[in-house]
Amino acid sequence: MSAQSGLYRCEAEFAAALLDADNPYPTGLVAWNGSDPAKRFAVYRNNVVSSLSDALADTFPVTRELVGGEFFRAMAHVFIAKTPPRSPVLAEYGDEFPAFIKGFTPAEGVPYLADVAHLEKLYLNAYHAADALPLDDSAFQAALVRTHALHNARVRLHPSMGILRSSHAVFSLWAAHQGVLDLGTVDPSRAEDVLVIRPHWDVLVLPLRPGAGRFIESLFSGLSFGGSNLAATAEQTEFDLVATLADMIRAGVAVAFDFDEENPTCPHHPPSK
Amino acid sequence: MNPSSFAEANPAGVPPSFRCLPAGAGVGLKPEHYAAVLATRPRLAFFEIHAENYLGAGGPPHRYLSRIREDYPLSVHGVGLSIGSEEGIDEVHLDRLAGLLLRYQPESFSEHLAWSTHGGAFFNDLLPLPYTQETLDRVCAHIDLIQDRLQRRMLLENPSTYVEFAQSSLSEPEFISAVLKRTGCGLLLDVNNAFVSCTNHHRDPHAYLDALPLSRVGEIHLAGFFEDSDADGALLLIDAHGSAVASAVWDLYAYVLARTGPVATLIEWDNDIPAFGRLVEEAGRADACLAAAVAVA
Repeated sequence: MSAQSGLYRCEAEFAAALLDADNPYPTGLVAWNGSDPAKRFAVYRNNVVSSLSDALADTFPVTRELVGGEFFRAMAHVFIAKTPPRSPVLAEYGDEFPAFIKGFTPAEGVPYLADVAHLEKLYLNAYHAADALPLDDSAFQAALVRTHALHNARVRLHPSMGILRSSHAVFSLWAAHQGVLDLGTVDPSRAEDVLVIRPHWDVLVLPLRPGAGRFIESLFSGLSFGGSNLAATAEQTEFDLVATLADMIRAGVAVAFDFDEENPTCPHHPPSK
Repeated sequence: MNPSSFAEANPAGVPPSFRCLPAGAGVGLKPEHYAAVLATRPRLAFFEIHAENYLGAGGPPHRYLSRIREDYPLSVHGVGLSIGSEEGIDEVHLDRLAGLLLRYQPESFSEHLAWSTHGGAFFNDLLPLPYTQETLDRVCAHIDLIQDRLQRRMLLENPSTYVEFAQSSLSEPEFISAVLKRTGCGLLLDVNNAFVSCTNHHRDPHAYLDALPLSRVGEIHLAGFFEDSDADGALLLIDAHGSAVASAVWDLYAYVLARTGPVATLIEWDNDIPAFGRLVEEAGRADACLAAAVAVA
């Protein structure tokens, strides 16, 4: 369509002025009483910026608490102007917010802020992710006893699952803000790995044992069960496979084991066209 | 687009284009109220959802909605199709909407006479467009596309606006009437928006309503506004959806019902959301107006 059309010009001017208050308000706006249209246009600018900033505050409540409402709002405004939503589905907005926070100089004094935001986005993603039935205890155990085949087996993980491996105490900080941990006892500089998952109704946020994050991430990347165990052990000599598997069963992390001899052509992944 | 071309039948045997919401009062479904709805099963004519809040793959929103939909008629109200946009309709978003409508088979689907996207960005607000021959052609083409893809007649909602455009050559009722005539879509008459816009542009709301094709109203919206002022101190109403319906809007609602007869009516309360009981109470007030309209008819 013609980029010179009146409608295009009108919307382009309008859009540019919505996100950047330094841009002039669009030409051609009128008010019945001849009043300055800038004040009326400001209603739209305010609607856009405050509704998106509210959406971010809903998605990132702990991030907001950590820096206070005023700071959060100012930070959100900079982010919104730079990275407005690309879709009308606001539950999908904010994937880039943690990385933005990491580079946001005024937030340097809170080095763990970006990771807390990342955890909160994983939470929202898990909330809206596809439903799937996790393997129950007996099905999981039945897979584990096939010791010969287990080494090469692939584990399919729950679609809601996310893992965050942080050099900060991201789980403890998050938990303290849920009121389940005393913030005074948290050492923010302690590294923590976190699992976020929604096996049924509720989203679970669980701290991971040393090496468990690497183990589950390796499984997720498609590495075999045995290969993932090796990778985790190589990273953390104290990696406890048995305890980690028990945690995984309780959290509903696995939805299926694929054994090579059953699925030589891997029917769960149809050949690409 | 001829509405009779939506011939495809649904499993219930009634073409979606001819189903409609019952002529009673409904409320917007809010996550804050999921539990209260299931616990109290209030007498409401329908629930309305914002489509964009139910486009995730799974999770609690779908589980609650599925349960509630079993017992209540449903209206799906889109806020992101950007029908007035020069850039065209986002086909990916339209496909996701089509999937949602297929899944829940709502009695009604509606969207706004507004735009909300430009240059790939979504602004999360209903932005105004000039009313010209060019924008009329664009809006009609978009509604044709949407109705074809969704295989149903949609309702188009009149907007709340804060500015007007020097280039407009049609009045808002003229524009809306032309869109309805050309596309076959119905009208979602937001009485609060009518009051807000007429106040903001110094027009007579009764004349505004009289100029609309009221026989095509498939649903009415009622909501609360917020009072502000423009640069010269004139009253400027903001469509805030954060309070009870104003008495002037109730009066205008009665004026509409006297002309349309009973029509499905939604109480919109999206910000500072009250306890569920308060929302049901507000819907009860709309029901009383609807009953009065039946008595008159």
